[in-house]
Amino acid sequence: MTTLSLDTARDSELLRLATAGSVDDGKSTLVGRLLYDSKSVLADQLEAVESASRARGYGQADLALLTDGLRAEREQGITIDVAYRYFATGNRRFILADTPGHVQYTRNMVTGASTAHLAVILVDARHGVVTQTRRHTAVAALLRTPHVVLAVNKMDLVDFAEERFAEIDDEFRRLAGSLGIPDVRSIPLSALRGDNVVDASTEMPWYTGPTFLQHLERVDLDEDLTALPARLPVQYVLPGNGAPAGQLVAGQLRVGQQVLVMPTGRPAVVTAIHRLGTPTEHARAGMSISVQLDVEGDVGRGDMIVAADRIPTTTRQVSATLCHVAERRLAEGARVLVQHQTRVVGGTVASIVDRLDLATVEHTPNSDPLAVNDIASVVLDLDEPIAADPYRLIRGTGSLLLIDPRDGATLSAGLVGPAFR
Amino acid sequence: MAFTQTASETAPSLRMSYLDVLEAEAVHIIREVAGTLERPVLLFSGGKDSAVMLHLARKAFLPGLLPFPVMHVDTGHNFPEVIEYRDKVVAEHQLTLRVAHVQDYIDDGRLTERPDGSRNPLQTVPLLDAIGQHRFDAVFGGGRRDEEKARAKERVFSLRDEFGQWDPRQQRPELWNLYNGRHDPGGHVRVFPLSNWTELDVWHYIAREEIPLPAIYFAHQRRVFLRNGMWLAPGEWGGPRRDEQVQERTVRYRTVGDMSCTGALVSEAATIDEVIAEISLSRITERGSSRADDKLSDTAMEDRKREGYF
Ligand SMILES: Nc1nc2c(ncn2[C@@H]2O[C@H](COP(=O)(O)OP(=O)(O)OP(=O)(O)O)[C@@H](O)[C@H]2O)c(=O)[nH]1
Repeated sequence: MTTLSLDTARDSELLRLATAGSVDDGKSTLVGRLLYDSKSVLADQLEAVESASRARGYGQADLALLTDGLRAEREQGITIDVAYRYFATGNRRFILADTPGHVQYTRNMVTGASTAHLAVILVDARHGVVTQTRRHTAVAALLRTPHVVLAVNKMDLVDFAEERFAEIDDEFRRLAGSLGIPDVRSIPLSALRGDNVVDASTEMPWYTGPTFLQHLERVDLDEDLTALPARLPVQYVLPGNGAPAGQLVAGQLRVGQQVLVMPTGRPAVVTAIHRLGTPTEHARAGMSISVQLDVEGDVGRGDMIVAADRIPTTTRQVSATLCHVAERRLAEGARVLVQHQTRVVGGTVASIVDRLDLATVEHTPNSDPLAVNDIASVVLDLDEPIAADPYRLIRGTGSLLLIDPRDGATLSAGLVGPAFR
Repeated sequence: MAFTQTASETAPSLRMSYLDVLEAEAVHIIREVAGTLERPVLLFSGGKDSAVMLHLARKAFLPGLLPFPVMHVDTGHNFPEVIEYRDKVVAEHQLTLRVAHVQDYIDDGRLTERPDGSRNPLQTVPLLDAIGQHRFDAVFGGGRRDEEKARAKERVFSLRDEFGQWDPRQQRPELWNLYNGRHDPGGHVRVFPLSNWTELDVWHYIAREEIPLPAIYFAHQRRVFLRNGMWLAPGEWGGPRRDEQVQERTVRYRTVGDMSCTGALVSEAATIDEVIAEISLSRITERGSSRADDKLSDTAMEDRKREGYF
């Protein structure tokens, strides 16, 4: 059994994962089981769940209650918002974004998947790949989640049958392949009984792959952001030395490196790098740093320092795929604020081109205003240029937020460039 | 334009442990606030989470000084060690300290003492008043999502209306690393840079960065008495009652707060490493072991958050 170990905790890695499933596929049970079997549930939490289960007249502790957070959800018995869970094993720390499954909550899965290295998609072994599975898989593909796991749950209800699992696995692989997902794996399990969640199942000797948790512990984390060209969005100019500071979203920077300051394109050379006060010769994607350049002044929030040899496209017109996350609609001609990393510019929704049906992955021409959970190709006209990369090449500099200038509400998540390709 | 992904050698010095990842993320959040909001403030109670948050915020702006003030909501039921620590930290790092006193509100009748003597729930009004008076538009808190179920869905940037209220149904989706702190006039945003940290992460980071803490976090001899299964320290706040026996124990605290409802843990852990070892083995969450007021009901925390508490 895996437990939290402190000896290795200091050097262990961090894996972010997002879960998705249709109602009643057993997602809450799986997550509860994972926390419980990895000993991440503490005595008083379990006690609270046991007493809540008794109050509802259940015989045994309902592990799903461990993860159903807010009161409204408890009352309706459904999960309605992304919730984050934390657990650890000997060599990894995990941040799990638990996203609700209903059709009308696609935006929640988009939110959870936007930061995930790995997406877990649940199916009920009796039903196999259903329309919702297609949607969830398409979201993972759209958001370019590097790894996708299909958790084939409730194997106990299909007599732990190998043929049934093989059938589902086969269909899922074809689906994932058609969407261009690079790494997929299916795991047969029973969240309720704990088979293949943390410990290997004795009921399914035909399955020789890793258990669910073993897979999470082993999956390759190296997305190789460091191999991408350097992108440092400037967040703030430090008091004291005037050095622009930010988090490197892609690539590496070295002292002596040639860079450009976007969107103006002014060339400069990096003369010093500090990592939170400590000088360093070399920094990589993910680090929060500050840099000094050989040019004076005039670099501020909203600028981006980029590798001089591989530069983003500076443009005032952006084609993007939008996931609409607000209840209010968004029509052609609407004025918006576009947030691109640390740069915010005004803009107009010049045209709404089509809608993407996540279940069939078909684009249909449609210029109607966007409704919540719609996914659409659009063209944005910007008042000022941004320096962007296609989302498929660099997630950090290919993502946008659309904001309502009237009250600051977040309207849409944008992915620069065409969907999937 | 296509970028060829050459397999790059990542030098060992460039590896990031999970603590490095959490640190870089917290700093990114703190810098976003400084870059987009006008008048931030960092809540500083002297507790370990706020000590870590302050440490991160200071590192975010080095070699400069912290570009915003810190604020303490003082319940009046303080551990003297914590106030001493607070003042030392403020002096050492040349911080600007604001204090909101619960006692002032009790003295002039704006708030009344509760029958159980706990002042934790009384902090909300002085906190909101201070936010209004100083026109703070961003308030950093040390809340972590692992602390409590209602916090698991809390955003990193959490909007509050002009009455400081939180509406769990009206939260903005938070995508990628793009935060949106725009708020209504008169409202503000609560920001939680430690959202993704666990209690153990906080302790590992304190150990790694050698962050000083108030002495009460480590095992010491203290006169305590038992109430509702918790070891409380006698004090002006009103304990012990006649039927409660005071005895000397070796204890430490897992959180600092109002003396009337912060329980001590019987513990021999006198160093950071010993504390980490003890927490790793512990089977009770931080809140369960030391916060009397959260035990009231399963949704106690959610109710208080709606009202504007942290
Ligand atoms: N037989 C069997 N039942 C299961 C299994 N996993 C979950 N269940 C049951 O399926 C039902 C739904 O499980 P939940 O975990 O609440 O479902 P969910 O997918 O989380 O649904 P929401 O989060 O509410 O959308 C519950 O009655 C579970 O006890 C399993 O492996 N086998």
